[in-house]
Amino acid sequence: MIPFDFNYYRPATIEEAVALYMRLDQKGKWPLYWSGGTEIATFARLNQIYTEAVIDLKGIPECRALAVEEQEMTLGSALTLSEIHDSEIFPLLGATGSGIADRTSRNKITLGGNVCSELIYKEAILPLLLADSDVIVAGVSGARRLPIAQLFQRSMQLAKGEFLVQFKVNTSYRLRPYTSVKKRKQSAIGYPIITVATLTTESGSRFAFSGLCDFPFRSEEIEKILNQHELPVGERIRQAEDRLPAPIRSDMLASANYRRLVWQVTLEDLLANMEA
Amino acid sequence: MKLRLNVNGEIRSADVRPAELLLDVLRENLGLTGVKPGCRHGDCGACTVTVDGLPMKSCLMLAVEAADKTVETIEGLQDSPVQRAFVEKFAFQCGYCTPGFIMNSHALAHLHPKADKATVREWLQSNICRCTSYEEIQEAVEAVLSSGQPTSRMMN
Ligand SMILES: Cc1cc2nc3c(=O)[nH]c(=O)nc-3n(C[C@H](O)[C@H](O)[C@H](O)COP(=O)(O)OP(=O)(O)OC[C@H]3O[C@@H](n4cnc5c(N)ncnc54)[C@H](O)[C@@H]3O)c2cc1C
Ligand code: FES
Ligand code: FES
Repeated sequence: MIPFDFNYYRPATIEEAVALYMRLDQKGKWPLYWSGGTEIATFARLNQIYTEAVIDLKGIPECRALAVEEQEMTLGSALTLSEIHDSEIFPLLGATGSGIADRTSRNKITLGGNVCSELIYKEAILPLLLADSDVIVAGVSGARRLPIAQLFQRSMQLAKGEFLVQFKVNTSYRLRPYTSVKKRKQSAIGYPIITVATLTTESGSRFAFSGLCDFPFRSEEIEKILNQHELPVGERIRQAEDRLPAPIRSDMLASANYRRLVWQVTLEDLLANMEA
Repeated sequence: MKLRLNVNGEIRSADVRPAELLLDVLRENLGLTGVKPGCRHGDCGACTVTVDGLPMKSCLMLAVEAADKTVETIEGLQDSPVQRAFVEKFAFQCGYCTPGFIMNSHALAHLHPKADKATVREWLQSNICRCTSYEEIQEAVEAVLSSGQPTSRMMN
């Protein structure tokens, strides 16, 4: 049971959603956008989040869009991870998304909710970072389109009342070679010790990580090092570690030393396979 | 608020708080206690029902989110092939996880009647059985899939 009351709104348009948010915020209702709602519901039950109004984005057609066109693919923020996987629209995203939670939960968890999650993992962002996606963000001054690397800096940098509407991904990335590896402490379901996703283009391989530090990231500096084929793999990984954007995380799942080891071994295997 | 839900082929109404979870409304307001609370955190799958034919953890969904959808609980199944297979294969011990497993397996058999082993495994990983009946549960689901018989729908 959720131990406090809130009102539920289901706007049909982007404008209505933003206007609702601003109005409810002015009234001191602590509004929250609700997509899959899995995080809000579970946090609310434990009193880790508070709101008096939730605004469900699933009734907005743009948030549910799914299309492949010649130039770009459109992925609505309120698509579930199961829908994205089953559509086969972007196999790397399908594969990385299908490592999150379990199949039934993924029938509810959405792309937008995962990348805006309060948790550190946000694994569905990895493919979007690797494919240099753009994001359509709606807010009081209308919609804006910007590169994901600009919007996502350790977490989504959204202004009050803004929400993610869609991701736009260049179609040329759709069928590029990729890998997605998730290493958990135990069992087939659970948060990652680390998740590594890669995407290979003409100019080399791209790498993005979740679980390693306190936020998911892609680093072009690390990519440059990992693509230096003239260096032995071990040396590349050692140099890459010097360029990590933050300390390696230490928590109940894994100590920093163990995480480092898992990361090193995973990268060694990945690089060996990619270069075989 | 007054909420109308289409559950097991019947239109049911209930007075609910918008913050009420589907799990609690099904059990407390509609008396459908076959929907089991376990972790209430999306981890165990005991509370699984189907919503528009898809398995859904009812502890992760507000009852209002189900307003214009079709909800099915274990009470809505009647001697379905999955239920029979669970009995035949002894796919439970204490039985607490069974309604959740059955609803998930029922949806799987309906949506993917030719599901391969990997898909069955992936779907079943959504549910936890503390009595560890996993082998028998997987056998039961595979028996239904290989029998090729259609999954019977709801009671009405
Ligand atoms: C059993 C289980 C296992 C899990 N395992 C993993 C795992 O292995 N890896 C992992 O990464 N996560 C995992 N999670 C966490 C899960 O990913 C989050 O619960 C989920 O990502 C939240 O998605 P949602 O669509 O339900 O978001 P919601 O609960 O709707 O929202 C989450 C947050 O994002 C905000 N938000 C939602 N949509 C938007 C939008 N379009 N624009 C702006 N803000 C928005 C909300 O206001 C809220 O603050 C697990 C969850 C469960 C239940
Ligand atoms: S009670 Fe819903 S998943 Fe455990
Ligand atoms: S039969 Fe006891 S929990 Fe599964």
